Amino acid sequence: MPSTTINPTRMELTRLKGQLKTAQRGHKLLKDKRDELMKQFMDVVRENRALRARVEQALMRAHGSFTVASALMSPEMLEQSLMYPKQSVELDMTFENVMSVNVPEYHFRTQNDDQSQIYPYGFAQTSGELDDAVSELSGVFQDMLKLARIEKTSQLLAEEIEKTRRRVNALEYVKIPQMQSSIKYITMKLDENERANTIRLMKVKDMILKDALEEKRAATAQAAAASN
Amino acid sequence: MYKIAVLGDKDSILGFRALGLDVFSADGPEQARPVLHRLAKEGYAIIYLTEQLAAGLSGEIARYKDELTPAIILIPGKEGSLGIGMANIKTAVERAVGADIL
Repeated sequence: MPSTTINPTRMELTRLKGQLKTAQRGHKLLKDKRDELMKQFMDVVRENRALRARVEQALMRAHGSFTVASALMSPEMLEQSLMYPKQSVELDMTFENVMSVNVPEYHFRTQNDDQSQIYPYGFAQTSGELDDAVSELSGVFQDMLKLARIEKTSQLLAEEIEKTRRRVNALEYVKIPQMQSSIKYITMKLDENERANTIRLMKVKDMILKDALEEKRAATAQAAAASN
Repeated sequence: MYKIAVLGDKDSILGFRALGLDVFSADGPEQARPVLHRLAKEGYAIIYLTEQLAAGLSGEIARYKDELTPAIILIPGKEGSLGIGMANIKTAVERAVGADIL
């Protein structure tokens, strides 16, 4: 049954039929979009997991070296060594369109490309573990940027998929059945009207015929009486 | 031009300074909260946040999740990984698919 009251008119029927056609088309398109998004999302998530595991491992190694370094050096000394970095990073961000989802793309440029030039301190008063930690960090930095891009992408894709999924389901299970039942209701109502009309016409015709017959009969009876 | 920030406890983030990233230290979620909002406003495209702080800031992180910038990326602090980063990937999959299929 249609939940809201609808006018059983031909105009309404035409409007609903058009709407249904659009809804079905939209449903198909959204379904395709969802499937494609899902495919991309699965690839991204798999990469995300692998990358995260790698980054976490490398960072733990760096933290380990760092802890040793901080045990060997005084905290003031450690902070002083790292106070003025030689390296600096410039980040540029562009957007890539994946199935109508804007995902960020990072481009970065380091000021210092020479790997041996990244240590912002003299080697005389610092421990070797600090060098290890810094070089480990600088090695993992590329992966960290990649992780940032992939993780953000997966979050944005997840949001878009959720939205698309809801739309597909709303169309499939609510909107389209509702319209179909409305169309059915109107068609049946119109057919019913049609039949009622036919019957009425037949009834009227019967009545007129009956009247005419009676008139004729009366006329013949009169004529017979007159001739007698 | 965008910037990259690292937010965490002092010992975990000191090393990132050598890479030329902007580091901000915070001793607890309470201290980190205003810093995080400020960084998000100031045009930082990527904020690396230690999991130790992220544990107490889940509401703030969820707020920026669906926005293009900043990307808040969890990294393990010096106490080790708490598994929040991995759990987040799982949550994203559940959100998209409706079930954890990995």
